Amino acid sequence: MNLQLEIIIIGVLVAVTCALPGAFLLLRNMSMVSDAISHSILPGIVVGYFIAGVPNSPLMIVFATLTGLITVVLTELITNTRMVKEDAAIGLVYPFLFSIGLLLIAKYAYNIHLDTDSVLLGEIAFAPFDRLTVGNLDLGPKSIWILSAMLFLNVVFIVTFYKELQLSTFDSNFAALQGFRPLLINYILMILVSATIVTAFEAVGVILVIALMIVPGATAYIMTVKLKSMLVLTILISFIMALGGYGIARSLDTSISGIMATLSGVIFFLVYLFYPETGILAVKRRLARQRIEFAQMTLVIHIANHTGTPTEMVEREQHHLIIHLGWEDHFARKILSKSLSDGILVIENGLITLTERGKKFAEAAILMVNSRYHPDFEALRNHFIIFHDQ
Amino acid sequence: MIQGELIGVFSDYTVMTVLSGSLLLGLIGGLTGTWAVLRRESLLGDVISHATLPGIAFSFLLVGFRNPLYILFGAIISGWVAVLWYHDIVRKTKIKSDTALVIVLSTFFGFGMVLLTFIQHSSMPNHAGLESYLFGHAASLTSSDIVIMFVVALIVLIITLLLWKEFRLICFDPQFAQVSGIRVNVVNQILITLMVVAIIIGLQSVGVVLMSILLIAPAAAARQWTSRLSKMAALSATFGAISGVTGTILSVFYDTRATGPVIVLIAVAITGLSFLLAPERGLVAQYIRKQTSGKKLVLEQLLLNLFQICSQHEDCAHFHSVSILRTLPGFKKSSLKKLRDKGWVFINEQNEWRLTGEGLSKIKELSDGIN
Repeated sequence: MNLQLEIIIIGVLVAVTCALPGAFLLLRNMSMVSDAISHSILPGIVVGYFIAGVPNSPLMIVFATLTGLITVVLTELITNTRMVKEDAAIGLVYPFLFSIGLLLIAKYAYNIHLDTDSVLLGEIAFAPFDRLTVGNLDLGPKSIWILSAMLFLNVVFIVTFYKELQLSTFDSNFAALQGFRPLLINYILMILVSATIVTAFEAVGVILVIALMIVPGATAYIMTVKLKSMLVLTILISFIMALGGYGIARSLDTSISGIMATLSGVIFFLVYLFYPETGILAVKRRLARQRIEFAQMTLVIHIANHTGTPTEMVEREQHHLIIHLGWEDHFARKILSKSLSDGILVIENGLITLTERGKKFAEAAILMVNSRYHPDFEALRNHFIIFHDQ
Repeated sequence: MIQGELIGVFSDYTVMTVLSGSLLLGLIGGLTGTWAVLRRESLLGDVISHATLPGIAFSFLLVGFRNPLYILFGAIISGWVAVLWYHDIVRKTKIKSDTALVIVLSTFFGFGMVLLTFIQHSSMPNHAGLESYLFGHAASLTSSDIVIMFVVALIVLIITLLLWKEFRLICFDPQFAQVSGIRVNVVNQILITLMVVAIIIGLQSVGVVLMSILLIAPAAAARQWTSRLSKMAALSATFGAISGVTGTILSVFYDTRATGPVIVLIAVAITGLSFLLAPERGLVAQYIRKQTSGKKLVLEQLLLNLFQICSQHEDCAHFHSVSILRTLPGFKKSSLKKLRDKGWVFINEQNEWRLTGEGLSKIKELSDGIN
């Protein structure tokens, strides 16, 4: 197999393997745990490396996974003492373990081929050189096998325990009532997350692995509310991230994993900015539109309520809106001209009169306001926005 | 001999430079960390410190050499952009704060690493020393670094003292602060700026990866010793300074390049000791309190049980056999002896007991307390 192709395959495998359990971490509000574990597996990796003498040995994976679990347990223990809040507990535990790892590296740097740069960044480009051979047969890079195995484990876990995961993620109390043991699921997930980070560590380093874990899931989370489509999107984004990261890094001659992390940030940023419905520009537009629609509703209800009352002539006075509705002058003018062009009212001699269309609008508005607690309220409100295409 | 060596070390110009750097970073880190920990923004410090990396690399790319002032500005700007983006994500999308932290941290850091590798691969000279921003290398501090650190630290200190009241209010009661006419947004932004600046002071000695703990650990330790804000801030600054100085001395003595990790270990050790030994809040104190109150509860329960047995009898001073008490759940003879030692129970030679007057009044006191 061609070397470049192998690098690409490893990149895609790393990205997808990380993103899948990461999506669940994110949904459980445990994203910071990935950050903590990714740092604190370092002493486990160093010790495992030191004992086994080769990278990616099963012993190293076991050791580092254990350290990852220790982090989770230690954080919980500290939080449970209530001496500090959870965020401070996380912030205390992992720099501590990470520092031990760094000092171990500094002390045994001559014995093991680990340096601080590769700890931070890893290097996918070097991964294919460590090959799995049986006799004289070359079975391809070791990391492809290990990552595939990890991916397989993750997929099997998610598929087998999909229902349990879903339930314990979104309603852990209910899951416990139904006998699903959310705590057990939680610990299995933590073990998988630790093991995933360990296997990905060599390719992408300890810090960028969290970009691969959380960012694709977060991007997908903005795009959809359905768990299944979120997972599919997560995988898709991971693919784009890995392939794009490889392409860009090759042409710029920089670190592949660094570009992958940056690219994931860029993709997230674009989605966060421009995605229809939930992107922040769309939200901003919607809020502005709702503000105007609400003002128009207030206006027609005001006029409709006062039509036929003794003070009618004063209330319908165009310039009285500033006093009666507490509007700024320019805002009142803006709403009036918008309403005129929408054809819901006419102004004659400074007096506001509702048109037929305006009366219907007022009726609908009053109905909507009064049915605030009616079960059909949401549907009514969505149906109600009659000007949205203008 | 060690003494002579120590004096030799302290009269060394480089070592003094390095030490004053560590002292400053510890002081300021501890001081601003107080706010971060109390406001539950500890992890934001972590994000800021990681997110300064692209700013550092950018300013190096712009000027072509390691200029501490440009690096300071670059780091402040990228730290600030990171915080703004984080707040924007939390406010405007359904993404939760912890996820937003991870997104900002990892992508900024990733981008910073890309720039750093780009600088390393390029033929730019003088990029030596940039790596020390990752894990810290205190020995690389120069006297111009120290001057800048000192000025910045002084500014942080003055602002903190001037705005002490405002900081305290928005820390403990932001709503009240708003009502009493403090511009919460402005003060918030000043606080975050102080945090950014404090982190940047420590970057060269501790590095972007580990700097956040110098905000968290001293403050978390100080919190255990006192519940007064001013004391906590002072203690936290002291703990920070101790960790900075001790860590640097140790790493100079053992000649490790990694100053950052050593400082971190010292800071964590101080925190661990505080967790254990602090009066009132400490784990040991908690344990002792739990034990004594548990024992007290056992005795009081036994006394009440005795009273119940007594009150079944017309004459309260009637002697009962000790052996009938064995049916009480969890009864121990030693507890009965303790009651006797307190003078609440009288035991005669036939191994029979009755309540004393003092015992009865104690029971009355207890039941008054319950009702």
